[in-house]
Amino acid sequence: MSVNRSPLAIGFAAPALALIAVFFALPVAASLLLSLTDFDIYAIGDPTTLRFVGLANYAHLLRDPLFWKALANTTTFVAVGGPLSIAVSLAAALAVHARLTRFRSVFRTVFFLPVVTTLVAVAVVWRVLYHPRVGVLNGALAALGIPPLDWLGDARLAMPALILMAVWKSFGFNMVIFLAGLQAIPERLYEAARIDGAGAAAQLRHVTLPALAPTLLFVAISTGIGSFQLFAEPYVMTAGGPSNRTLSIVLLMYREGFRWWNMGYAAAVAFVLFAILLAVTALLWRLRPREAGA
Amino acid sequence: MIARALGCCAALVLIACGARRSDTVVEFWALGGEGEAVPPLVAEFERREPGIHVRVQQIPWSAAHEKLLTAYVGDAMPDVFQLGSTWIPEFVALGALDPLDARIAASPELARGDFFPGILDANNIDGRIWGVPWYVDTRLLFYRRDLLAAAGVADAPRTWDAWLDALERVQRARGSSGYAILLPMNEWEVPVALAMERGAGLLRDGDRYGDFRAPAFREAFAFYLELFGRGLAPRTGAAQIANLYQDFASGFFTFYVSGPWSLGELARRLPGALADAWATAPMPSAGGPPPGVSLAGGASLALLRGSPRAAAAWRLVEFLSEPRQQIAFYRLSGDLPARPSAWRDAALAGDPRAQAFREQLENVRATPKIPEWERIAEALSRACEAAIRGEAVPAAALARLDADVDALLAKRRWLLERSASP
Repeated sequence: MSVNRSPLAIGFAAPALALIAVFFALPVAASLLLSLTDFDIYAIGDPTTLRFVGLANYAHLLRDPLFWKALANTTTFVAVGGPLSIAVSLAAALAVHARLTRFRSVFRTVFFLPVVTTLVAVAVVWRVLYHPRVGVLNGALAALGIPPLDWLGDARLAMPALILMAVWKSFGFNMVIFLAGLQAIPERLYEAARIDGAGAAAQLRHVTLPALAPTLLFVAISTGIGSFQLFAEPYVMTAGGPSNRTLSIVLLMYREGFRWWNMGYAAAVAFVLFAILLAVTALLWRLRPREAGA
Repeated sequence: MIARALGCCAALVLIACGARRSDTVVEFWALGGEGEAVPPLVAEFERREPGIHVRVQQIPWSAAHEKLLTAYVGDAMPDVFQLGSTWIPEFVALGALDPLDARIAASPELARGDFFPGILDANNIDGRIWGVPWYVDTRLLFYRRDLLAAAGVADAPRTWDAWLDALERVQRARGSSGYAILLPMNEWEVPVALAMERGAGLLRDGDRYGDFRAPAFREAFAFYLELFGRGLAPRTGAAQIANLYQDFASGFFTFYVSGPWSLGELARRLPGALADAWATAPMPSAGGPPPGVSLAGGASLALLRGSPRAAAAWRLVEFLSEPRQQIAFYRLSGDLPARPSAWRDAALAGDPRAQAFREQLENVRATPKIPEWERIAEALSRACEAAIRGEAVPAAALARLDADVDALLAKRRWLLERSASP
């Protein structure tokens, strides 16, 4: 393995490297430094009040009940919403791929529409759907004789309501990825399986799923990272309420940073989230099925 | 709504075209409904001051705080802007505001005072005035007069004892069909007003530490919790109340504590049969002469420190403070005038519901004027909710609150110590 380090190659890469340095590496380093200070509203007015506090922000974070609440909420969202989203998108992909050949492009488009719609617009519409009195959802429940539910106001229902909306919003994207994965599976494998007497379920288990494993890994990682960054849904729909049941880590970071202007503390939240994401991604990577990968 | 926004845009373009090159262009940020209501007044101001052109930018309330802060950091501040009165300490700490004492002393319009003392005090930090009150806001009792009369209570209660008695009677009369009073359990305003009425300072030692275990606060807190304990108020949060006005109309609750915005909302939303069934009354007193204390709120006009157009911007502030413009603004927006003399206008003098606010405004007090207050209020809401839900006994909730508040004030203590020992 020899890497060509000719000056010409470096010259070609230089603009991209410079962009990455200025717009990525520098801000990351700056916010790492920021997380070691008590940068707050006083420090904006008078920079001499800025104090280096070492790891105090991180220590405070670990003792902050709001952070643990946000972490628990976010983990719930990831652990329930992530697998649900993957399962729904896989089911949709299989359905679109297999049976509805005639309407394939129609369904593909319809399922993909929520993905390309602006999240904030979607959240506003869903807030109306969830409305306790005029919402369509409660209207449907009333038709079944079920009393109206306060979807976003009830402490037990708010998170499931957000998960439901997020799954609807995101499954189309994963479905398209799964479809691409499905189309890459050679037809001869199914042919061989059928000759061996495998039914539909056995084909799914022994042909489709193993062949989709690399796709599944990619979808799991990208969905996991996306879910951990939960922000716009609670920001628009519940503002973190009721009693912080939908407060996510990123929403906590936003509040600390831009509402209270505790930039040092907010930066510490950001780095803890980064560490969590890194750990979860590494874990998923380690769990990947080897026989399919290599 | 859209037509209105387009109309505003068109008006702005026309005004912009009308500006001559030699005009001083003053940038003015007005928030929410005030931003929608103020353009006619600004047009009148421009007629009167031919050399000054004002560019009004309307900022929604929900984004205003962040937008002002980022504008300050990004050096993109307007020359004159509307500030919620509780935000003033924060912007003073930033160094964003121009102290106004000298300008007020030199202004024939403003030097004569004519402000509600509690409201003016909210603009006074460390002995200097940082904002001119534009409109005022406070909270008091809204109640169903018919339900109160049905329970055998003739007049609105003036003292805490009379209040508790009235609530008990209403509760007995209503039975299980409703509650005597609605107090969303995560709102801090009512317990704070009650505590101030009892004489609680909330913070101690020059706002260095929380003082929520002081006897005055404990007593007021106990009174507040008792309203829930006796079943007079439902244990419900603000988010669970689907439609306040519908619940008020149906008699689900008889009393609630709210601000001037409810005057307009109730007039608009209640069915015609109930148009005369509701009234307002000042907060009851705990022992002294009524009314009891309520919170000083509203918004002020502030000048950007170092603005090259400060003189022209100040002319606008003076203009908007004239009692005549204050009344015109009340008619446009429903915001209550900050100048007591404006209240002599027939529009307000003949409205008993507004007059309750007039009486209340003589006894309003500002929450502690430090940048950390909003965070402290948030911790206070948590403590209230925990105590009402029974998750913590009151003493434990208050001890926890004091500890939280002490932690929030750590940097303030350090700053005060630093400035004390140069």
